[in-house]
Amino acid sequence: MSQRPQSAEESSVGIVETQSVRLFDQDNPLVLASGAVVPEVDVAYETYGTLDETGSNAIFICHALTGDAHAAGRHRSEDHRPGWWDTMIGPGKPIDTDRFFVIADNLIGGCQGTTGPASTNPATGRPYGLDFPLLQIADFVTVHRALLDHLGVRRLLSVIGGSMGGMQALQWALSYPEQVGSAVIIAASSRLNAQNIAFSAVARESIMRDPGFAGGRYLETGTSPDTGLSIARMMAHITYQSGQGMDQKFGRRYQFGEDATRGFGVDFAVESYLDYQGRIFLSRFDALSYLYLTRVMDYFDPFAEEDAAQALAEAGSPCLVLSFDSDWRFDTTHSRAIVRALEQQRVPVSFREIRSPWGHDSFLLTIEDYHATVAAFLRRVSVAAAQGRRDRGGVR
Amino acid sequence: MTLRPDQAMVSRFVPDGSRVLDLGCGRGSLMRYLMDRRGCTGTGVEIAPEAVVETISKGVPLIELDIDRELDEFGDKSYDVVVLSRVLQATYKPREVLSQMARIGSRCIVSVPNMGYWRHRWVLMRGHMPMSKELPHAWYDTPNIHLSTLADLEELFDVVGLDVWERQLFTPDGRLRNYPDRVANLMAANAIYVLTPRG
Repeated sequence: MSQRPQSAEESSVGIVETQSVRLFDQDNPLVLASGAVVPEVDVAYETYGTLDETGSNAIFICHALTGDAHAAGRHRSEDHRPGWWDTMIGPGKPIDTDRFFVIADNLIGGCQGTTGPASTNPATGRPYGLDFPLLQIADFVTVHRALLDHLGVRRLLSVIGGSMGGMQALQWALSYPEQVGSAVIIAASSRLNAQNIAFSAVARESIMRDPGFAGGRYLETGTSPDTGLSIARMMAHITYQSGQGMDQKFGRRYQFGEDATRGFGVDFAVESYLDYQGRIFLSRFDALSYLYLTRVMDYFDPFAEEDAAQALAEAGSPCLVLSFDSDWRFDTTHSRAIVRALEQQRVPVSFREIRSPWGHDSFLLTIEDYHATVAAFLRRVSVAAAQGRRDRGGVR
Repeated sequence: MTLRPDQAMVSRFVPDGSRVLDLGCGRGSLMRYLMDRRGCTGTGVEIAPEAVVETISKGVPLIELDIDRELDEFGDKSYDVVVLSRVLQATYKPREVLSQMARIGSRCIVSVPNMGYWRHRWVLMRGHMPMSKELPHAWYDTPNIHLSTLADLEELFDVVGLDVWERQLFTPDGRLRNYPDRVANLMAANAIYVLTPRG
């Protein structure tokens, strides 16, 4: 059995609250990798667990395309669903909040508390829209690091992420290996292929061709590219699952029974599911953020520089790379390419392809082998870090 | 940390500080030992899930892949030493595996059971497939599908361009013995070869 039901109460971080902090302002603006400047950046974040005396048990969680700072626990006890990675983060879970201090934030360019293209441009008093500068994965890392400074955390035991979160973990480890004790890179890619880019392109087209998009000025015109955004989400949802997984979940089941009238609406269960996913997405996601964040992935190519992993190899920070055998959004060849690049430059890297029928979304689910591997890796890096501190002559 | 006697023997041929690729590393004990005691770095390769998790929990870099099909993942001459300890007989394509080792490593260490050992010959003479402490499986459920004699194996080394730099011969209970060349294939139950790729 690959998936077991989660008993939420027994291992939850409990009630949590999203915090907000202004990390960059007019006096200290955010300078992006491109050289562009964002004058004010607010960041939404959550933390779980307690930072130990030596400040050495911090783990940073990087979210994927549509994630947010609410990675675990519940905001209110009556919340129907916990944070997006509650399967992974909590007491006794692989990212064990009894042992680790866990930090999760919302990405710049996002729309769930952190500054993004829907935020107000202080220069104009109007929403940025398409005037918001293009971002890179390295910019996400810059903002994560500023959050760490704010929290007084100097070094991470690990940086962990799935999908686009894995790209951030990888970039962070490559750029600042002395800060990152280890990295866990799950269902990610270091270089999108034509098919990956094509899917993102269709999603963006679907948004931009919606008349409600109004050239990116929809927040001022009072329109909204709801149709485009929900179709983008519906299509993306198909790529997050496997054919086998969808068959298992929906098969060819009818939504309204055998005798219902046939037409072009929601006849099959899978259509109802997509329709629902498309609609609920509108309540929590912004179309401009969708454009900006997908575009970031398209250009990500950290190993374009030949010696990209040299600093990481010298630091010797171990990396764990995981893929899922039914994932075709970022299939195992993507993870293997990351492993090859790291291994060839002598970074200590471990790799597994986890069996799971659930496609790309597997990284969000409770899969025994997957969780056992992450837990084993983190236990080891935490023991090794403690050992290292002792070897260097006591706690600092 | 304690090593199996055959692993301890293999470790003697790994130079201090070398970069090691251990193919079929099991639970990672040899790699851990080489990292801790001998200043080595490197990678273990394994495919059995429980062994993989245990190796990772030891802090040994572990790449899960199929030795028969996926050794292309490793670059030419990217390791000082490639170890294949009691694994060759369980591969589907021993020739391919050895060729890959010759490509990847500057030195290869191969440890194998010897089917030419006189007890095995005797059992076969009496009409049965050999079994022993080293090869405890019945013929129908053994993972050891490519058993060879030392004579046959040395021919294959030659074919794939691996020169025998050193050969160590062992009794069934793992004691080192200096059998003369002409009876080695008859008397040795196990052997460890240290090989260098030709040219």
